[in-house]
Amino acid sequence: MATLALKPQKLATAQPKKSRIVLLLLLPGLIYLGLFFITPFAALITTSLQQPVLGGGIGQYQPGLEFGNYAFVVGEYLEQIIRSFIYATVATLLALAFSYPIAYFIGVKARNYPILQGLMLTLVIAPFFISFLLRTFAWKEIFGQDSWVSNLLRDTGLMADNEFLLGTPLVVIFGLTYNFIPFMTLPLYTNLERLDTALLEAGSDLYAKPASTFWKVTFPLSIPGITSGTLLTFIPIAGDYVTASRSFLGSPNTAMLGNVIESNFLRIQDYPSAAALSVMLMAAIVVLVSIYIRRTGTEDLL
Amino acid sequence: MKDPNSLPQDPMMAELVKMARRKQLTRRTALAGAAGTVTALGLAACAPASETGETEAPVAAQDLSDTEKILVWDNWTEYMDLSEDETSRPTLERFEAQTGIKVEYLETYLDNDEYFAIVKDQLALGQDIGVDLVCPTEWMAARWVSNGYSQKLDAANIPNKANLAPAYLGASYDPNRDFTMPYQGILGGIAYNKQLYQDLTGKEAPQTVDDLWADELNGRVVVLSEMRDTVGLIALSEGIDIASESSFTEDAYMNIIDKVAGLYADGKIRNIEGNEYTKGFRNGDYVAGIVWSGDVVQMNFSKKTRDMFGFFLPQSGGTISSDVFTVPIGATHKKNAEALINYYYDPVNAAELAAWVNYITPVAGAYDEAIKLDPELAENNLIFPSEEFLSLTHAFRALSPQEEQTFSTAWQRILLGA
Repeated sequence: MATLALKPQKLATAQPKKSRIVLLLLLPGLIYLGLFFITPFAALITTSLQQPVLGGGIGQYQPGLEFGNYAFVVGEYLEQIIRSFIYATVATLLALAFSYPIAYFIGVKARNYPILQGLMLTLVIAPFFISFLLRTFAWKEIFGQDSWVSNLLRDTGLMADNEFLLGTPLVVIFGLTYNFIPFMTLPLYTNLERLDTALLEAGSDLYAKPASTFWKVTFPLSIPGITSGTLLTFIPIAGDYVTASRSFLGSPNTAMLGNVIESNFLRIQDYPSAAALSVMLMAAIVVLVSIYIRRTGTEDLL
Repeated sequence: MKDPNSLPQDPMMAELVKMARRKQLTRRTALAGAAGTVTALGLAACAPASETGETEAPVAAQDLSDTEKILVWDNWTEYMDLSEDETSRPTLERFEAQTGIKVEYLETYLDNDEYFAIVKDQLALGQDIGVDLVCPTEWMAARWVSNGYSQKLDAANIPNKANLAPAYLGASYDPNRDFTMPYQGILGGIAYNKQLYQDLTGKEAPQTVDDLWADELNGRVVVLSEMRDTVGLIALSEGIDIASESSFTEDAYMNIIDKVAGLYADGKIRNIEGNEYTKGFRNGDYVAGIVWSGDVVQMNFSKKTRDMFGFFLPQSGGTISSDVFTVPIGATHKKNAEALINYYYDPVNAAELAAWVNYITPVAGAYDEAIKLDPELAENNLIFPSEEFLSLTHAFRALSPQEEQTFSTAWQRILLGA
């Protein structure tokens, strides 16, 4: 996707003589892509087509063209595949709903108060300084059976005595949203920070209600920010295997695609199935993302 | 009713029971009657190694122990004695002082499957994985040995091998312990939070595996993600002999899998966890569950949860297995590793270690040393099990590679909620 951003045809017409230098400058990037993206990807695809060694032990596979692996994993794990995309969609929407006001406040309202702005940005980024795993473990503690959250819910009658929070889709989606909120807030902030407030004034001068100014002016202008934010959130969430795992906030009921891949790769050592699932996850994300970018009309963004 | 004097059919169990009987004997008479066994073991150690059957197995690395006095040991967490201030490891430091071998002690062996998945490609090529000694669980060690990923130990460098309790000989993958040596034995049984269990059920303690599925405990029961312990205990409660191939068939296994899946779907089993389950017990999430004995002893030792938990083996039976020392094929300090194994097979050191890690020591004679150290500890059934206690334990039978694949796929499917 990085190569798209360079728009080669424009470069070629504007500065035809310097194209060699451009190529030279591109070289490190191309080598990087070749080594760290194309090679592993090719290996992944060949692995996904492997077949078991006849009479071999656990985890023994040989090269093959077993396209049936794909049909097998879809049949076997359809539930988790669908669940992953539902969780990712819900968590992304929630992250957007939380992040938009925050980003708007930091980027627009606090524009004249640089210290406040800096402080708030730090608050958004600060959780990054602590390990992702530790933060998720902290939530495990907070949602535990004897935690104050659970006790409060039980005391207020919102939860029965033998009900619990951990391992429910609710808590997993919460964890996913929480973990990826900064990825949504920051692109939104950089976008809204450049919002021309004169346009908002013009809106109200033309007798638009604040709500319609928002929907007709602010929101369309922030679509590039929303697009990059949702992509940065949706893609990692769809493949996340920590939050929903049994050791953290999840339970077998909340297993996502990432957990299935982990289990196939490390536990059952069924490498072809794990690879087939990974390829499918990538393909599904590429398809969804390209449709999404088409629809939001922000091809220039990438 | 079983005749109390009859021995179990499984050879490992029979030996364990015999060992426990010997323990009773020594307790009363302090009789050093094990000399005969020692000779027999010495002879056994000289027997030729069994064929691994692998033709293209990797070749053992050259041993640099004579010039390099170092050893890298990767072990499970909380599996080594610590001093009071938790800054040093007394037995390990004594080993360093005695032998001049510097031990780099790592605690990154967190999971059998995961560790194997990480190192297996290097092992297959005979490369050094940077570790000279690991302690996989018996069933995983079987995979190492049968793939030729373990180096053959030189019995001459481990004179204390004579102290190995006979119960630990005869494993199908390594009958004479040529490639592996047991580090600690592990019991799988049932733990419960004494207070919470009484509050919820009005009863003092659970008695059977089925007691875990009582309606009052809905959502408060955890089971181990270690298939052999969870499936093992539940299969035993259904009257299946998990040590026998004729009783514990694939069909029988799948029935148990269906039962676990059903229990999980009904909310009877709240979660299926690995070593991290102790967290849920400590904070009161779990009231009861299928767990490892050593963890319970440790939880009962720690200040916040002192004596909060009970542990028992149901009459239908508990599971027993062990973690074993093995030297990876590419390791370059085998002799140093053998020196360390020999050191921990000295009953004095073994007793000190067992006193801290709270698992069952495979070293005969450690019990006599433990009495001198701490008589109360020596009477702890979970560290030095009595014959009665041991008669309740069963070892999960060895699986063929195909069974291993089908069984673990079915088990993982439960863990993924399918």
